Amino acid sequence: MPFSPRGAGEKQAEAQAINMSIQSIWLVPALPLIGFLINGLFRNSLSKSLTGIIGSGTILLSFVVSLLIFGQVRQPGFHGEVVTLFDFISVGKLSIPFAFQVDQLSTLFLLIITGVGFLIHLYSTSYMHEEEAPHFARYFAYLNLFVFSMLLLVLGANFIILFIGWEGVGLCSYLLIGYWFKNLEYGNAAKKAFIMNRIGDLGFLIAIFLMIKQFGSVDFGEVFEHASSAKVGMLTAITMLLFVGATGKSAQIPLYTWLPDAMAGPTPVSALIHAATMVTAGIYMIARSHVLFDLTPVTQGVVAVIGLLTALLAATIALKQNDIKKVLAYSTVSQLGYMFLGLGVGAYTGAVFHVMTHAFFKALLFLGAGSVIHAMGGEQDMRRMGGLRKWMPVTNATFLIGCVAIAGIPPFSGFFSKDEILAAAYAKNPIYYGVGLFTALLTAFYMFRLYATTFSGGFRGTHEHHLHESPSAITIPLIVLAALATVAGFLGIPEALAPDAHVLGKYLAPVVGGEVKSEVSHGTELGLMALAAVLAAATSLFAWSRFKSKPDLAEPTGFGKVLANKWYVDELYNAIIVKPLDLLAQLLVFIEKNIIDGIVNGVGRLVQYGSRQLRLLQSGQVGGYVLLMVVGILVLFLVELFVKK
Amino acid sequence: MPINYYIFLAVALFCIGVAGVLTRRNAIIIFMCIELMLNAVNLLLVAFSKMHYHALSATAPHAGIDGQLFVFFIMVVAAAEVSVGLAVIVMMYRNTHSIDVNFLNRLKH
Repeated sequence: MPFSPRGAGEKQAEAQAINMSIQSIWLVPALPLIGFLINGLFRNSLSKSLTGIIGSGTILLSFVVSLLIFGQVRQPGFHGEVVTLFDFISVGKLSIPFAFQVDQLSTLFLLIITGVGFLIHLYSTSYMHEEEAPHFARYFAYLNLFVFSMLLLVLGANFIILFIGWEGVGLCSYLLIGYWFKNLEYGNAAKKAFIMNRIGDLGFLIAIFLMIKQFGSVDFGEVFEHASSAKVGMLTAITMLLFVGATGKSAQIPLYTWLPDAMAGPTPVSALIHAATMVTAGIYMIARSHVLFDLTPVTQGVVAVIGLLTALLAATIALKQNDIKKVLAYSTVSQLGYMFLGLGVGAYTGAVFHVMTHAFFKALLFLGAGSVIHAMGGEQDMRRMGGLRKWMPVTNATFLIGCVAIAGIPPFSGFFSKDEILAAAYAKNPIYYGVGLFTALLTAFYMFRLYATTFSGGFRGTHEHHLHESPSAITIPLIVLAALATVAGFLGIPEALAPDAHVLGKYLAPVVGGEVKSEVSHGTELGLMALAAVLAAATSLFAWSRFKSKPDLAEPTGFGKVLANKWYVDELYNAIIVKPLDLLAQLLVFIEKNIIDGIVNGVGRLVQYGSRQLRLLQSGQVGGYVLLMVVGILVLFLVELFVKK
Repeated sequence: MPINYYIFLAVALFCIGVAGVLTRRNAIIIFMCIELMLNAVNLLLVAFSKMHYHALSATAPHAGIDGQLFVFFIMVVAAAEVSVGLAVIVMMYRNTHSIDVNFLNRLKH
């Protein structure tokens, strides 16, 4: 192969430049960690504005570094690099380095996390401003710690680092849900989230152990390389357990009930952790280990069905919720279900695409809801809102964009990502498509019910004079996110509309493998797309016109009541898991208190009783002592005389 | 004289002493009874020593001396004991105006 020396030199320099910025990847998680340490350690002495600047500034810097790295990663021909920082665990043959995986997938997540994260930090500086300074700093410290853990999660080059991040975000989620820890109910919600996550984490942990047993390594590269040589049974076990982990973190059936309760936390937390980033960790993990899932069709089927069922179930529950955040929470669960459907049918790009668009529009919706709650003075019940359009024009406009995006109306972003998943589902099994489309329509319906009830009609609350548009620290993130929610869809224009325009697909191809395969003919796909778009638009209009003038204020009856009570799933879990466990615990407490403690205390009491009786001998009567002495002497005599040697 | 007589006398003295210690409450009488017991033992020691010496005098000229020497030790110890014991009794009397040993019960409180 002929080449000129000069060209080679240039290439080398270029490679070095790439290396330079890739090597500085550690800065991305380190900056939020520094922010966490400063805000956490000096929370009693920092002023609020300084806290806000440190908290948001570190994330912004992180975002800038991520952008620089993204600039390198997006070069064609970049094939992922592992940056090893130090040796983390080294036991026998097993060696786990503390290494970061820099490739297209992780960089995309970096941008989402730091970008959306920064906006939400900025938003929080205003939203949380009424908190006292130490608590304000505590809030930012937690938030920074969360971003650090999340970055660790997506950057880890092996399952252990991923798991560390995984646990870290779980911890931060717990801390932030229970941020207002004086409220007992919030504390309970935090515990619920933590415990349900723990159930999933156990599955994940066992999967890691199985991997170590099977492959002798937890390194992404090594595991995926040798995956095809493992037995299908073993792989199925590993992937199913990984999926159990994902159901916990990403709120899927059967572990989804913690997410709606997690709305106890401050609204920006709901936006960042429980909508945009943490809950998508499961999707990231499965997309990352798609090699394993590709080899196990059984697990893929389970993932798809669970995702679909979750999407449908959560969407039906959202129809009848009246708390503005609860609706969004169930909609998040539902959208996560969509992503799992995408993963299950092999549309990894579609799933990641939906993660991205969802991060934009769901963060937007949550922040919009936060803005509304802020204006309403803490009120979250939609039945007491209404007509807010008049007072909050920016929030109204951005919220509407969010609704349109999530409803899947073109050309907003939700349409493209949802369509990609639906098309892949159709190719796999038309039933998936049917249920998915129905769920999409439900989504459109409840989102516009939410919008109409909140922003249209007349005001139904009591503090009308209190209403106001939020300050710019709140509206600027809303506007930026609205812009992103509007245009992000164009990153993934389907093949059927414009050939070769799926930018994201091409970008992600080196990681998740291959192009966006469309097994359906373009004609069919266009038809499905048009059908979905028209139906979604029609449903949205229907819901809007139905609820704008006479909102759904009555107490639900019949089937609506079942939905309003979330299908009684919490009660069911209570009856079949919590109650029996409680009974078992009571039984064990009984055993512990009465039998084990009885034995232990019995020994003590016996000694005490015995010594009390013995003490009577020591009466202080000299005569008594002498008598005993004499009796003793006599006994000795008798022993000496009569006991045979 | 056979050894039996000494033994019976010593046992009788010792039993009187024991009975006295057990039954009387007057500290001085108890003390005297203790002395009685000690002296019963002394008597026995001397008697055994003497008889033993007679039996063995041909082969071991000093065989009986140990026992008789021991008696002096017991007397010395008894004298020391008496001095301490009387001092205790005097202190007891000063505190309780009585030499009834049952009053010593109070020491346990």
